[in-house]
Amino acid sequence: MSVTLDSILLNQQVQITAIPASALSPKLTEMGLTKGQKITAIFKAPFGDPIAYEINGNVISMRKEEAMHVEVQVA
Amino acid sequence: MKIALLGNPNTGKSSIFNMLTGLRQQVGNFPGVTVEKKQGDIKTKTGIHQLIDFPGTYSIFARALDEQVVEDVLLNIQHSDYPDAIIYVADAANLERNLLFFTQLYDSGFPIVLVLNMWDRAQQKGLKIDTELLQKQFPLANIVRATARVSIGKSRIIQAIDTLQKGKNTPFFDFNIGELQTDRAQTENTNARLEKLRQLGIVQDLQIKASNRSNRLDQILTHRIYGYLIFSAVLLIIFQFIFSFASIPMDFIDSQFVELSSWIAKLMPEGVLSKLISQGLIPGIGGVLVFVPQIAILFFFISLLEESGYLSRVVFIMDRLMRPFGLNGKSVVPLLSSVACAIPGIMSARTISDWKERLITILVAPFMSCSARIPVYTLLISLVIPKTYVAGVLNLQGIVLFGLYLLGIVFALGTAVILKLLIKSGKPGFHVMELPEYKTPRLYNVGLTVYEKVKIFIFDAGKIIVAISILLWALASYGPNSRENNLSKLRKKASYTAANQVQKQELESSLLLSQSYIGHFGKWMEPAIKPLGYDWKIGIALLSSFAAREVFVGSLATIYSVGNDTDNNKRLVQKLKDEKYEDGSSVYSLATGGSLLIFYVFAMQCMATLAVVKRETNSWKWPLIQLAFMGIIAYLCAFIVYQLLS
Repeated sequence: MSVTLDSILLNQQVQITAIPASALSPKLTEMGLTKGQKITAIFKAPFGDPIAYEINGNVISMRKEEAMHVEVQVA
Repeated sequence: MKIALLGNPNTGKSSIFNMLTGLRQQVGNFPGVTVEKKQGDIKTKTGIHQLIDFPGTYSIFARALDEQVVEDVLLNIQHSDYPDAIIYVADAANLERNLLFFTQLYDSGFPIVLVLNMWDRAQQKGLKIDTELLQKQFPLANIVRATARVSIGKSRIIQAIDTLQKGKNTPFFDFNIGELQTDRAQTENTNARLEKLRQLGIVQDLQIKASNRSNRLDQILTHRIYGYLIFSAVLLIIFQFIFSFASIPMDFIDSQFVELSSWIAKLMPEGVLSKLISQGLIPGIGGVLVFVPQIAILFFFISLLEESGYLSRVVFIMDRLMRPFGLNGKSVVPLLSSVACAIPGIMSARTISDWKERLITILVAPFMSCSARIPVYTLLISLVIPKTYVAGVLNLQGIVLFGLYLLGIVFALGTAVILKLLIKSGKPGFHVMELPEYKTPRLYNVGLTVYEKVKIFIFDAGKIIVAISILLWALASYGPNSRENNLSKLRKKASYTAANQVQKQELESSLLLSQSYIGHFGKWMEPAIKPLGYDWKIGIALLSSFAAREVFVGSLATIYSVGNDTDNNKRLVQKLKDEKYEDGSSVYSLATGGSLLIFYVFAMQCMATLAVVKRETNSWKWPLIQLAFMGIIAYLCAFIVYQLLS
């Protein structure tokens, strides 16, 4: 079952399955979000948005509306 | 040779730049846009080369304004900044993603030095980087290691510049990067490049964990309660520094310039030139330099917080709160800095990469009540607000002061919402952002930032400020009638002959101001400001305080023949309280005072801010629009308040 990155639980590691082409997809890809990569939500800002993710040893912050562009599956 | 310095954000690129060029830096803009361009010279064995620092970007494909500059320059061989070679800075502790942009540049055929920076951190993380394999993949690149934070690697980089090889290289992936136009094509190309990089296995032992120290700190610093508490505490400390320590050098600069003026006036033969220099030019330059302490202190703290990595956590916790107003987390620092002074606030809006959000932040920042409004607020509040207590404990004057600050904030955010709807934007903003690891700030970098911001203010905005202040001085000092003519009439009056020496002086300056061009203009526009409850004397004070808001107090003191210094503030308040219209009613009634207070909350009464907005938006269009809408809001609100209270 595929979900989007904004809806995963804290400290849950997931695997990126797809980033459909959109105005955001080139930017998301070049920040290291590519198919097959493992990514974990590590903490959230107050009000639950934006969310900080760990990917490949980097911590990146994304707004929920941006994280919605990334499809993941629970590893 | 022209060399471009490129790399991802947070790779220590500016440390490399500072290490290579030292203090020989020039700061300006890239042609036609307000994206900062730092330039400096590097001396190598083959000569002196020009190093241009570009904004940090993740790839050649642009989205935000600063990224667009990188794309425009690199894909256009005719561009005046098109480089002959590139120094590419990569974070060795995070190499694979950092190499993406490098491969795009390598494939574009630039001679290139690849600096593996933060080498020490890669070691600490237990990463093994196979530089031989890397060299084999990119045979024409000169690969060097560096740890710029502790100034390691300078000589290696300089050597690498001299041994750069030119020639057709075999592309790592493909040559046609400039031709990839669609989102899909760009995404696919990037994906494939990253995949190929990962397959190479340049970095081994990827037992990656984000450093635990950072993680634990983040749990506290971004906590929904402690996070805001800590940020408030940090702000409190910064404002303490500004309000208690900036005034010392500011007063010193003020007094030195007053002395310099009188010294020059004595030294030079009396005449127009002497007055122009001692009363126009020198106070004008003083009026520029007096801002330096605030700018320096604010940028010292801002860049300290930025270097440490804390600033991006502030952006993180404030982002959601700012979004309804068309702003993002990065607008918080410029807006809050504007409570001290809008000038450094507006200058710090450069970190906002989205042009529309940056512009809105700049346009609404002067609504925040700055420290120059305090003397105006204090005078008017003590004049018209009674010193009574509400509910037994709350001082009414304090409540009004608090209300004025709050009003500024409310209007800043409210105007932002309206501007969000009015200003068109191209591509939607992109807010994915790296949260860098916490680091000990390097004072050398902090110092350089402060030095550069001060320099930009003095030399770019300073020219405009000096020009306007000379103009204002001329308008306030000269009038249609000659000085002698004016004074001879005054000297015949009984009230003058009976006065002592000091009073005579005060009467003379009062008369000269009211007979000046500004004085005439103030009288001429009296019908326009009558509905706000102002007479022509207030009109004069409004006009002359366009130089800076606190000038309002001094102008009133001159008009009412009260010596212009703080000891006389009580005398001024008394004099204003006694001022009556012909029908016996007070000029400074509650309605007029309230209307003036509101006017000063909103009106753009600061030429220095206008000059900085002009510099930061690269045209006169936006500062003039800002002047107009702030003026209209000020006029309307002051009108409403006067009509309600009278």
